[in-house]
Amino acid sequence: MGTIGSLMKIAVCVKHVPDGRQHIDPGTKRLDRSGGGELNGVDENAVEEALRLKGDTDTEVVVVSMGPEPAVESLRAALALGADRAVLVSDPALGGSDLILTSKVLAKALGREGADLVLFGQQASDGGGGVLWAAVADHLRLPFVSQAAELTIHDGTVRVTRQTEVADDVIEAPLPAIVAVSDAINEPRYASLKGKMGAKKKPLEQLSLADLGSDAVEAAGGGSLTEVLDVAEPPARANATRIEDEGAAAQLIVDFLVERQLV
Amino acid sequence: MKVLVFLEHHGDDLTKGSLGVLAKAADLGDGQVAAVVVGGGNLKAVAAEAGRLGATKVYVAADDALDPPLPQPRVDVLDAIVRAGGHDTVLFSNSVLAADIAAGLAARLDAGLNWDLVDITERDGRLVGKRPALQDSVLVDVGWRSERRVALFRTGSFEPAVGGQGDPEVEEVAVRLEKHSVGARIVDQHFANEGGPSVEGAEVVVAGGIGLGGPENFALAEELAGALGGVVGATRAVVYAGWYPHSAQIGQTGKTVSPKLYVALGVSGAVQHKVGMQNSKVIVSINKDPGAPIFEFSDLAVVGDLHAIVPKLTELVRQRRGS
Repeated sequence: MGTIGSLMKIAVCVKHVPDGRQHIDPGTKRLDRSGGGELNGVDENAVEEALRLKGDTDTEVVVVSMGPEPAVESLRAALALGADRAVLVSDPALGGSDLILTSKVLAKALGREGADLVLFGQQASDGGGGVLWAAVADHLRLPFVSQAAELTIHDGTVRVTRQTEVADDVIEAPLPAIVAVSDAINEPRYASLKGKMGAKKKPLEQLSLADLGSDAVEAAGGGSLTEVLDVAEPPARANATRIEDEGAAAQLIVDFLVERQLV
Repeated sequence: MKVLVFLEHHGDDLTKGSLGVLAKAADLGDGQVAAVVVGGGNLKAVAAEAGRLGATKVYVAADDALDPPLPQPRVDVLDAIVRAGGHDTVLFSNSVLAADIAAGLAARLDAGLNWDLVDITERDGRLVGKRPALQDSVLVDVGWRSERRVALFRTGSFEPAVGGQGDPEVEEVAVRLEKHSVGARIVDQHFANEGGPSVEGAEVVVAGGIGLGGPENFALAEELAGALGGVVGATRAVVYAGWYPHSAQIGQTGKTVSPKLYVALGVSGAVQHKVGMQNSKVIVSINKDPGAPIFEFSDLAVVGDLHAIVPKLTELVRQRRGS
């Protein structure tokens, strides 16, 4: 296990996602974010990993998010877990931002922080896929590693076990670097009551696009590069059947398979 | 429209997913499809295979520095090819590697990126992608506003073409890599221990999850798989718990399968697992939890105790097959 050494600052990018059943607003064709929200699940793993690396050292853990005002809730949740400081980039001009526009703005916010290590959670529960870190890394010209199931730091190097479809790769990169962690990396802690109380007093900075500087305004000027054209009901799995077992389930399954010529 | 397809390969084998995207690309524009293969060593066989399966032109970037499967050097390669070749559309089949390349390339080219697509069509001269969203409860049509477009498809969205003759134009490309692109390096690799029949090509997969209750209960899955003529798969959770080998793992960090029949035993259906099996033709799931997410994308959802149902089911299937 390496020591944290010269690691001074860790930034963790987090997302505030709608909780419960999500739906798309038919008018704006955007995800309806008017209801309650929560810290994206795997982002908790990213925060946990930062706190684990910090341990009882002076390393500063700053959580960074882009999104509308209610995202403050998720940032407070991360502060309650133990992060030191939070930054929210919020601007009406950024409503409905797509992945590349988001990556440009986050890159500006992260550039301002100059962290030694930037962590992301591997997936957002509201937007599928999730490959933001790769775009952010290209803007910041930093090395990155994704799908991290293990992470250690020593001598200015981050060492990551990346899980892919074919292998577990052990990858090293010089700091500063960006790492996207999977939910296999740790078990996130729960916030203590003391943590929740303390979170209210920790610094939480809200920035507009203009606050990030004229080059951020310019970078975001092109707006989103993708668009939603239409939203429709998907063709449901044809005739999906649901049965409660009352002793005959095995026979019903065989009948189902015979009907489809699968046995 | 000038299309470029990124082809991922492991050894001399192109992935089925990227060959599916290659086949789909022939439907777009004038049917001319350029593909790119990147790696170390000799890629001639891989390039020839790409030609046989639909590429009219193959860019080959072969260099020892490109041997490790890392995304950032590949962003440099694709960026150079797109700029020199005037390609406006770059297509990828999803994988851990391909997703990272696609997003890095989109940032580099200032191109829009649409991901998790299951189809793409041309409508009035514009490209429209189809993306299931919100746990597949809606189907979204997405477009691009940028001059250049990057698209990342779910694995198994398209079938590869049937092999033809193919005599593609091959162009070797040499690319200078950016400093930040060579920062990350692979220092060690552990390949999943192969052995036993592969889940990837199987026509029937019986997958076991935590709901099996213990490693000894994988015998239930093995017996049912044997009766159905299939092979056993596993979720990440049970592989992590040490119940079953990683070579059988299905999901985001395991294999992607699209069998004719997928039987899920005690599998909850977490997103990490779903992405590896959602293209199965018929999905049957047995779970005692009526709220298990897997029921939302099963053709036959059985709420019940698998320990009671599966032995009977195996027996009935054996009788049926024996008769």
